[in-house]
Amino acid sequence: MGISPVLWQFLVKWLHNSSLFPAEASTISPYTDALYFFLLLMTIVGLILVCALVFGFSIRYRREKNPVATQIEGSTLLEATWTIIPLAIFLVTFVWGALLYFRIYDPPANAMNIYIVGKQWMWKAEHPGGQHEINALHVPTGRPVQLTMISQDVFHSFSIPDFRVKREVIPGRYTTVWFEATTPGTYHIFCTQYCGTAHSAMIGEVTVLTPEDYDKWTKQSTSGMSLAQNGERLFASMGCNACHSGSAAARGPNLAGVYGSKLTLTNGSQVLVNDAYLRDAILNPSEHVTAGFSPIMPTYQGQISEDGLIDIVEYIKNLQSNYRVQQTQMTSESNQAAPPTPVEGTTETVKP
Amino acid sequence: MSTPITHTIVNLPDQATARIPKRNYINNEHGLLSWLLTGDHKRIAILYLISITFFFFIGGAFAGLIRLELLTPAPDLVSSDTYNKFFTMHGIIMIFLFLVPSVPATLGNFLIPIMIGAKDLAFPKINLLSWYLYVIGGILTLAALVLGGVDTGWTFTTPLSTHYLNTHVITAATAIFIAGFASIFTGLNFIVTIHRMRAPGMTWFRMPLFVWSNYAASILMVLGTPVLAITLVLVALERLIGIGVFDPTKGGDPLLFQHLFWFYSHPAVYIMILPGMGVISEVISTFSRKRVFGYTAVAFSSVAIALFGFFVWAHHMFIMGVSNYSALVFSLLTMLVAVPSAIKIFNWAFTLQKGSITFETPMLYAFAFIGLFTIGGLTGIFLGSLGMDIHLTETYFIVAHFHYVMVGGMLMAFLAGIHFWWPKMTGRMYPESLSKLSAVTSFIGFNLTFMPQFILGYLGMPRRYHAYPAEYQVLNVLSTAGATVLGVGFMLPLLYLGWSLKYGAIAGNNPWQATGLEWQIQSPPLTENFTEIPIIDYEAYDYEWLEKKQREEVTTVG
Repeated sequence: MGISPVLWQFLVKWLHNSSLFPAEASTISPYTDALYFFLLLMTIVGLILVCALVFGFSIRYRREKNPVATQIEGSTLLEATWTIIPLAIFLVTFVWGALLYFRIYDPPANAMNIYIVGKQWMWKAEHPGGQHEINALHVPTGRPVQLTMISQDVFHSFSIPDFRVKREVIPGRYTTVWFEATTPGTYHIFCTQYCGTAHSAMIGEVTVLTPEDYDKWTKQSTSGMSLAQNGERLFASMGCNACHSGSAAARGPNLAGVYGSKLTLTNGSQVLVNDAYLRDAILNPSEHVTAGFSPIMPTYQGQISEDGLIDIVEYIKNLQSNYRVQQTQMTSESNQAAPPTPVEGTTETVKP
Repeated sequence: MSTPITHTIVNLPDQATARIPKRNYINNEHGLLSWLLTGDHKRIAILYLISITFFFFIGGAFAGLIRLELLTPAPDLVSSDTYNKFFTMHGIIMIFLFLVPSVPATLGNFLIPIMIGAKDLAFPKINLLSWYLYVIGGILTLAALVLGGVDTGWTFTTPLSTHYLNTHVITAATAIFIAGFASIFTGLNFIVTIHRMRAPGMTWFRMPLFVWSNYAASILMVLGTPVLAITLVLVALERLIGIGVFDPTKGGDPLLFQHLFWFYSHPAVYIMILPGMGVISEVISTFSRKRVFGYTAVAFSSVAIALFGFFVWAHHMFIMGVSNYSALVFSLLTMLVAVPSAIKIFNWAFTLQKGSITFETPMLYAFAFIGLFTIGGLTGIFLGSLGMDIHLTETYFIVAHFHYVMVGGMLMAFLAGIHFWWPKMTGRMYPESLSKLSAVTSFIGFNLTFMPQFILGYLGMPRRYHAYPAEYQVLNVLSTAGATVLGVGFMLPLLYLGWSLKYGAIAGNNPWQATGLEWQIQSPPLTENFTEIPIIDYEAYDYEWLEKKQREEVTTVG
């Protein structure tokens, strides 16, 4: 676009200050706004054209001026004109829109991940470092942030208008969205999918901090346990380690380093192991049996919350070796063999 | 005969001697039962007109309450649950009980048989059954309302509607299920009638464009509505016995509901708008005394809309985690479906060229339609464009967009049609200056109501919000103010049209000097429409034929 950046800044600031335009607070915003202004221009030009035709003809050919109408069949040339030109403009907006769509929904590889769980009527944000927030989200400027989101109950939709990003938060599957904030400040988080009584109260605030402030915030607000550490505890307490021990005789596949790899399943299909696959394999194991293993894993549907699943997924994601898995397992096996006297080291599993 | 050049084409009989014809469909039989058991398509149209008007004002009352609540940012007028019931009832009533049947079941029912030279629709009893089904659907909706309301939103999104709400979901779903059959029967009746009962000489390309557009809408009704019906049955079954088709914990898929629901509900938009486009073609042609520019292009664009309309449903789901590549395909198809609408707009505009234009009320409404529908259509391109949709969907932008299409488009077309054919339906004219005032009032009120909502949407205000951040208040106040003006604009016709039933000027057969077959018979028509089956040897909108015919009548009578 030939518009000068200074003029652009001025226009957007002015509109924003008169509460007619949202702030541009992410790297995506200027791209979305450019398409928006193009589409506005298209609408205004189209409207002026139609109005000019209607009013022009109405004045020129009103009955007082033109008492007798001249009958015209039509014109193939004109029909072709107003088929092809709108089509061409619409195709331009299609391509432009598609490029923007892929920009918004394809996260960069180095994005930091934050999990979002939506439930009636609140947003829970879970940072891998163990920070938990409700109806709030802290992010740094200058770093791409990917949100991996899931709903615990109904459809929700996570929207930050000032970042121009939004994505449906759906029960039973992960959806993702990413952004890179540019300007420190606080911005609205809205739930935009109608989700029941307090839909309009399912709002929050995203706080954008400078990288230094963000580091300070992360240190101050950690719960002391990272998601992966929580996941490790669950992995042991739910008995996952009994089969997924990584030893040669194990009944379940080795999970160390499995994240991001390609697995072949018993039905011959190839899958990429990502967050969604891990979640599905835990809840619905019989349909996700790795080739060479028998379908003996029970389903964990209903036994584990979405937050718990996120912990385990985060744990498996970061699992590089089976050393600790086998250690935990050996401790618990030796405890079972020994007389059931409370010994130090078993407290973790019996602790209420 | 030299007529003085005036600013109107209205040509009424001498009021001193003119009488409403002694025998017509209204006074042919008497008593309430003669109406409730009638097979006459014109009487059924009147029954429909009365009932949809009733529901329009109920739906409108809810719209008023919604705007009143949104006057302030705080949720202070009613509780959240009540507010949610308001917009749900507004949506269900306006869509299923007003917009879908509006033009087809009233004007279409009244006019299609006459326009093609038939004595009635193919299945008069099914036509009556359709009205009864509509009424049962309407009563059930009112029952759901009176018993405590329903708060699913008109979209019935699962799993909210199946597992998380304790309101009268099944009652409302049953109401829509039954009203859906009313619409299927109307569509079926139109298709069969148009195929089988055209008068001799009435070829497909001699039919008025109103018939073409209702034909296209009928195809959508017959093919689309059953999908909605089944979807609602699945929702009801999931609530009653938990079959789990949409429940992820039972291996179901909640996105499947979205696919099924929008597979009907997107074509439904075209069910609502296509018949309105037909009205506009008739009105523009009559008041510019000219054949519709590019008749075939306009006719085929209706069919093209009906065809493409079935393949764009997933554009309601761009942010719902459908695959990026299927989103691409649906976005592309959405761009294609916009083209036939653009074609129509330009054809209407060029119909005016070299015409002899007058500006009676129906024409004013038609102009309002063209302007508002252009805005509604072009803002649809914003939403069809993938990346833009992410920011705009589920906000007030989309609310404004579809109100521009549905109210600015369809309702304006409906009012254009009602005013245009009022003399034919009742035999009397409406008061011209008052109706012009109401057309202008609605136009101003409409823009004031919905233009601010585009801005609110881009700011990010989500739809269906009971409370909103204070910085959005100014625009919301403007919108509410506009809604008040709009309300006045819609109340006025109710009053003066009622008044005109008794005091309106006698219209005569053809007050507009229009070419359609319906204008060549008496107003109000006979029960059997035609005393003898007409033989058609002229095209639609042939004003030269009409002139010749009128000249001959003068010579024979004189």
